[in-house]
Amino acid sequence: MTIAGSPAVATRVGRPLLGGRRFSLDWIGAVPFLVYVAIFLLLPSAIVAIGAFFNADGSFTTENYLHLSRSYVVKATIDTMSLSAITAIAGAALGALLSYAIVTGAPNGLLRRVVVSASGVLAQFGGVTLAFAFIASIGPAGFVYLWAVHFFDYYAHGIWLFALPGLALVYLYFQIPLMVLVFLPALDGIKPQWREAAESLGGNTWHYWRYVAGPILFPAFLGATLLLFANAFSAYATAQALINQGQPVLSQQIAGALSSEVGAVEPGFAKAIAIEMIVIVTLVTVGYSLLQRRAARWL
Amino acid sequence: MAVARRGVHRSRWIKLQIFRYVVLALAAVFFLVPLIAMFEFSTRANAGGRTLEYWKSIFAYPDLVNFNLGPAPDAAIDASLELALITSLVMLVLLVPTMVWVRLKLRRLSRIIEFICLLPLTIPAIVLVVGLFPMYIWLGTNFSDSILTLALAYVVLVLPYCYRALDAGLGAIDVKTLSEAARGLGASWFSVMWRIIVPNISNAILNATLLSVALVLGEFTIANNLLYNNLQVELVHLGRANAGVSIAVAVAALVFAFILLVILTFVGGRPRGTQPEAVTDLAGPLAASQA
Repeated sequence: MTIAGSPAVATRVGRPLLGGRRFSLDWIGAVPFLVYVAIFLLLPSAIVAIGAFFNADGSFTTENYLHLSRSYVVKATIDTMSLSAITAIAGAALGALLSYAIVTGAPNGLLRRVVVSASGVLAQFGGVTLAFAFIASIGPAGFVYLWAVHFFDYYAHGIWLFALPGLALVYLYFQIPLMVLVFLPALDGIKPQWREAAESLGGNTWHYWRYVAGPILFPAFLGATLLLFANAFSAYATAQALINQGQPVLSQQIAGALSSEVGAVEPGFAKAIAIEMIVIVTLVTVGYSLLQRRAARWL
Repeated sequence: MAVARRGVHRSRWIKLQIFRYVVLALAAVFFLVPLIAMFEFSTRANAGGRTLEYWKSIFAYPDLVNFNLGPAPDAAIDASLELALITSLVMLVLLVPTMVWVRLKLRRLSRIIEFICLLPLTIPAIVLVVGLFPMYIWLGTNFSDSILTLALAYVVLVLPYCYRALDAGLGAIDVKTLSEAARGLGASWFSVMWRIIVPNISNAILNATLLSVALVLGEFTIANNLLYNNLQVELVHLGRANAGVSIAVAVAALVFAFILLVILTFVGGRPRGTQPEAVTDLAGPLAASQA
């Protein structure tokens, strides 16, 4: 609430009294919104940021951060990062191909509408359903599995669907659609005239992609890959619905520390892991902007 | 020369079509097989053959649906539908007047409002849950522990998507001129809002509503960790007891969300090439910066 009010105060100080009064009245219009987000967005964020430095008794401590070196948290961090990186890169590459196949079709065609709607559903509509979809298809009772065991034994090395490789496959099921949603607008910006211009100057297909379309699309591609990374990194529902033992993903570790079904509840620790997640996403974002600046020079 | 060039174009066109069909066919296999498998699973009879048993028994689970709509729904589907309705209403009441007001009177604030609205995309839901947890304990002991209180958090969750949908709608009309004309003719601010602005951005409002309904119906993380049984949480619980029914409901919910978004692409449409289709709002902030 103080956050919502303080800019108004600052404005009033610097202005003549009459104008200031009018301004302060205008500010009232934005107050309900600002109060709402202060309570339900900024307050929880502050609780996480500050609470990570306090233990259960309410005294100041950095212990919560020291717990981050526990072996299972380190393992979950590494696993989540590699899972996110792999599904981000694979999802971006495959999604870009799919986007290109769509964008070369009719711009207002049925195919495009259906694919875009379906992408919206798969990208955002709950990982629970997607986990179910894979359990029902390649799980030990799924029809693809039952059909495939006649020919080969693809669970020869254990049931990988309920471990990280399975998680990666299910993640691709929402990563590729998200890439389609992000990348379609970028591809729409490519004009066919550029291709013709490249040709009339004697360029072939390789030249066109290397010197014209590639450099234009590359920043968008990189940005989309980052978005996919952050998306996979913060995903929770899919992992929880697919794997309910071992908590291999960082978001599950947070949930476990918050309200553990077996062990002790450690709210401070949950907040520390939450901060760790935010820090990692921020570092990756910084790395991305550096990379993008460098990439602008390469291309 | 001209003939040769046309030949090049033709062979490239053929290559492109082959590429398109191969990619689309592979994508169709990857994306349709699991969906078909869900449907197949939900109609599988124990003795072999097909049955709609699971689909019919959806209504036999009072934890899932019992049409007891009210301030304290005790069935998951009822609760999720009510949450979708409340979230959409609160979001519209909060966001539309504020965004219009900012455009009219507080232009300087528009960057801040945009930043705040897009902020939830950068904070993972699971992190938000950690902060909301003590707040909901307090809320539960002092006011209400009804599942419908989740709507308060869901409004924040849908904020980025709805902001972008509404921003596109407001950007397409001249809010200032319209409201000044109405004010000049003696309209109150309420009727400017209700009779001038809202009818002019009805498409954007519909988009924002459809997006928030779809997002709320698919929400799992917050409900599960604040220990409320919404649709998705109940699906996971039920999945352990009766996978067939659980998957049948999941298919139904997925189809429902798909229909909502198909409506979105037709209503939300796009004037060709000027702005991306409304559904791509689901992609997030980076898409916004690229478009």
